[in-house]
Amino acid sequence: MKRLFPILSIVTAILLAYALYEALVVAPADALQGEVYRIIYYHVPSAWTAFLLFFINFIASIQYLVSGKPAAKSATKWIVIAIGVIGVIATFIPAVQQMLPTGMRPSAVATTVILIPAFYFLIGKFFPGDRLDVLAVTTAEVGVVFCTIVLVTGPIWARPVWGIWWAPGDIRLTSTLVLWLIYVSYLVLRRFSNSAQTQMLAAALAVFGALDVPLVYFSIWFFRTQHPQPVIGGGGSMDPRMLNVLLISWMAFLCFAFLVCWSRFRLELLHREVEEAYAMESLAGSVAGVSVPLTRRAQ
Amino acid sequence: MNALKFLFAAYIATWVIHIFYLGTLVRRFKRLRQQMKDLDRGE
Repeated sequence: MKRLFPILSIVTAILLAYALYEALVVAPADALQGEVYRIIYYHVPSAWTAFLLFFINFIASIQYLVSGKPAAKSATKWIVIAIGVIGVIATFIPAVQQMLPTGMRPSAVATTVILIPAFYFLIGKFFPGDRLDVLAVTTAEVGVVFCTIVLVTGPIWARPVWGIWWAPGDIRLTSTLVLWLIYVSYLVLRRFSNSAQTQMLAAALAVFGALDVPLVYFSIWFFRTQHPQPVIGGGGSMDPRMLNVLLISWMAFLCFAFLVCWSRFRLELLHREVEEAYAMESLAGSVAGVSVPLTRRAQ
Repeated sequence: MNALKFLFAAYIATWVIHIFYLGTLVRRFKRLRQQMKDLDRGE
């Protein structure tokens, strides 16, 4: 695994450089916006990556909440399977398809729905026990970084196109800002709370916070907003060459996010190991009559 | 030209944020490694 990291880092660097070249040189200019539209190749992949990371955080938090409670774990498993099966079947029913907002493709809904059980079982398999909590904090932190980029590049793009930096009251923009604030408060809770219940409280907050993700995503269908329609899954349309570059850029950022998550995951494991070692040392010191102030040492 | 200014500002801002975050990770790794050395020495 240690050898894989540098290899993946080199591949990711090449991919990011190639995506940059495609975004700035190969992709055609937009007929309406000109060159400034190329911000899309950083703004949209960052948003998709943030959503994916918050989704993983949501699944890991649910799994962590029900871990150690066999009845709740079993019930959650069956609920997740039911969501996947019923959700996919429902998208084939014409009556349900008619209920979908204009432009939203049933295939896109089915793909999103099937990801819920897929991620649930994969995360449960590869991240047992406390590693679920480590994964949750990792994805929340890296997700906040990507969400910050969305909130910074969005206004930079809006200024030349809309004439304003921010559209006050716009549901897409406001819900994204709220999403960012929820996950920042999640990280603040984890950083400064010393309670034994912190991990459980944070997991519960993450579950509620994740409810904002569909609101952000679907807001452009259900509310009047200045934000353009999505380029994949319905509504908006895009030149295939532009879409190709957008997908290359997303792949590059996904690889980058994976590497950053990997590092952050290792950091969290190391941090817990050191804290445990200090706690053991403190305990041993107490037994021998020499008390080690744990909180000061662990900082 | 004016639009290009915004384009480059967005790209630069993205990488500044990423590099800043990577810097915090490196700093935290270094601090933890130092703490591990201290533990090994029994300090």
